[in-house]
Amino acid sequence: MLTILFDGIAYGMLLFILAVGLSVTMGLMNFINLAHGAFAMVGGYITVLLMQRYDVPFLLCLPVAFLGVALLGAVLERTLYRPMYSKPHLDQVLFSIGLTFMAVAAMDYFMTSSQQIIQLPEWLKGRTEIGQGHWMLGMGHYRLFIIAICAALTVGLQYILARTRFGSRLRASVDDQRVAAGLGINVNVVFLLTFAVGSGLAGLGGALGAEVLGMDPSFPLKNMIYFLIVVAVGGTSSITGPLLAALLLGIADVAGKYFIPGFGAFIVYFLMIVILIWRPQGLFVRKGGKA
Amino acid sequence: MKNATQALHDLQRWKIWEPALWLLALASPWLLGDHALIINEIAIVALFAVSLDLILGYAGIVSLGHAAFFGMGAYAAALFAKLVMPDPLVGLAFATVVATLLGAVCSLTIMRGTDLTRLMVTMGVAMILMELANKLDITGGADGLQGVVMGPLLGRFEFDLYGRTAAWYSITVLLVLFVLARRLVHSPLGGTLKALRDNRLRAMAIGIPVTARLALIYTIAAGVAGAAGALLAQTTSFASVDVFAFDRSADLMLLLVIGGTGWLYGGVAGAIVFKLLQDWISSITPQYWTFWIGLFLVALMLIGRERLTRPWTWFGGQKK
Repeated sequence: MLTILFDGIAYGMLLFILAVGLSVTMGLMNFINLAHGAFAMVGGYITVLLMQRYDVPFLLCLPVAFLGVALLGAVLERTLYRPMYSKPHLDQVLFSIGLTFMAVAAMDYFMTSSQQIIQLPEWLKGRTEIGQGHWMLGMGHYRLFIIAICAALTVGLQYILARTRFGSRLRASVDDQRVAAGLGINVNVVFLLTFAVGSGLAGLGGALGAEVLGMDPSFPLKNMIYFLIVVAVGGTSSITGPLLAALLLGIADVAGKYFIPGFGAFIVYFLMIVILIWRPQGLFVRKGGKA
Repeated sequence: MKNATQALHDLQRWKIWEPALWLLALASPWLLGDHALIINEIAIVALFAVSLDLILGYAGIVSLGHAAFFGMGAYAAALFAKLVMPDPLVGLAFATVVATLLGAVCSLTIMRGTDLTRLMVTMGVAMILMELANKLDITGGADGLQGVVMGPLLGRFEFDLYGRTAAWYSITVLLVLFVLARRLVHSPLGGTLKALRDNRLRAMAIGIPVTARLALIYTIAAGVAGAAGALLAQTTSFASVDVFAFDRSADLMLLLVIGGTGWLYGGVAGAIVFKLLQDWISSITPQYWTFWIGLFLVALMLIGRERLTRPWTWFGGQKK
């Protein structure tokens, strides 16, 4: 029982890291970026390549994946994404689906379509068990590691958004671009940095999730739906909304797959539809915020 | 100067090229006999696109899960032929009714929330149906529904291996439903749809029952999509979980945007362009054709459809 809960939390945390960048671009910059999964895939492949070809230790790969994807995100933001900000949502959706198609086909071409496997270091492979019988809690070390990293990142992000000068600039730029620019905030740079960090987080999530979710060229198509569910259910106006949504989704998914094996994914979709009919703006919406 | 009634009537009058186009379409399986299979496919996709255009182009409802109704129609038609009777026309009617009912139920889910909510909910419905088709015994699971035998059309015309009968059948159904859809969007009802697409608040203020109209058009569009799905299942004698796939909904949106929304011929044109493009590129690079489709899509969105179809505006300064 507790093991399922634990695995669910770990999965949810992973989903949160993958989806939080999406939530930021969508909620704060009002851009629906369906290519977010592709950034996560790039992060995963950076890790796979570094570890397989150059024997780079796993811990070192994580920051490299983050920085590499953040850089890629920054370049793409400047060249391709910026003209799309003012377009209607439908155009943005189609544009980013197009990018995803390209990324999937390109990965297929360069890396073959087979699934890539990551060799975890020894100290992350074990499993600790606490308690007895029905209430036994089995914690995989790697999942514990994921939870720790994600918790740290969540606290960090929340701090940056709520307490630092950059956070307040970002929120100002989102609320009203023109006024923010008039106050001397360089809106373009703020958006560029935000987009880069969001993409970088996706890359980090991809690197962390390569072992759990599996890494092959169809990764963005398979997992994008989950990211979108997290964002749609969690609402896009805060960090805590997507976090709780991701945890809920993770636990529901793991528990569903465990108790009713055939209908695991079914439960997640059903839950999402019910929640969205009940609270169309997402579960956790800031009262009085901009719709 | 013409008065307003006159102008509105002019807008909905059949243009000279329209009957010519349809005559050409009906003659195409005979003229291009070798390509009857792809003509059949184009007709089905075109009907599906017309259905999406009804809700996206005329009522402004975004949907990434329109394949739900397509798949429902396909499975309904296949199961009907297998279990009840093999007559295609009765099966088509049955499938359309089933998809319409599903559409009526699902129209409850698209009333509230933002575009994002709607995208997610429609996609979720398609995914749930896909899971069901995958798991239930009656639908044959992941292998698809096999052993569907179709009877001859109108009791006389057998479906042949070259797909000529199938092509004629699909084009005729497309034509009938297209004319009905055309009539619908040019009626006063269609006018109210466009009004609420452009400004829902004002539409409500002048007394248009917004919710009822949205539900109505969504239900109708679901029925049309179901008919398209039924055509696919009947002409291929097969239905698989693939009919619910996310790719199908995404491709559909793509081809509709290529052809242009809010213009019924946009779906038809998009279907022709997209299918031929897909056929052509995948014959060159079978595995990587999605890359070129993606590139095309990105370019289309960045440049804008208006400018892409008018090359003479590419050069010569932007007007401010």
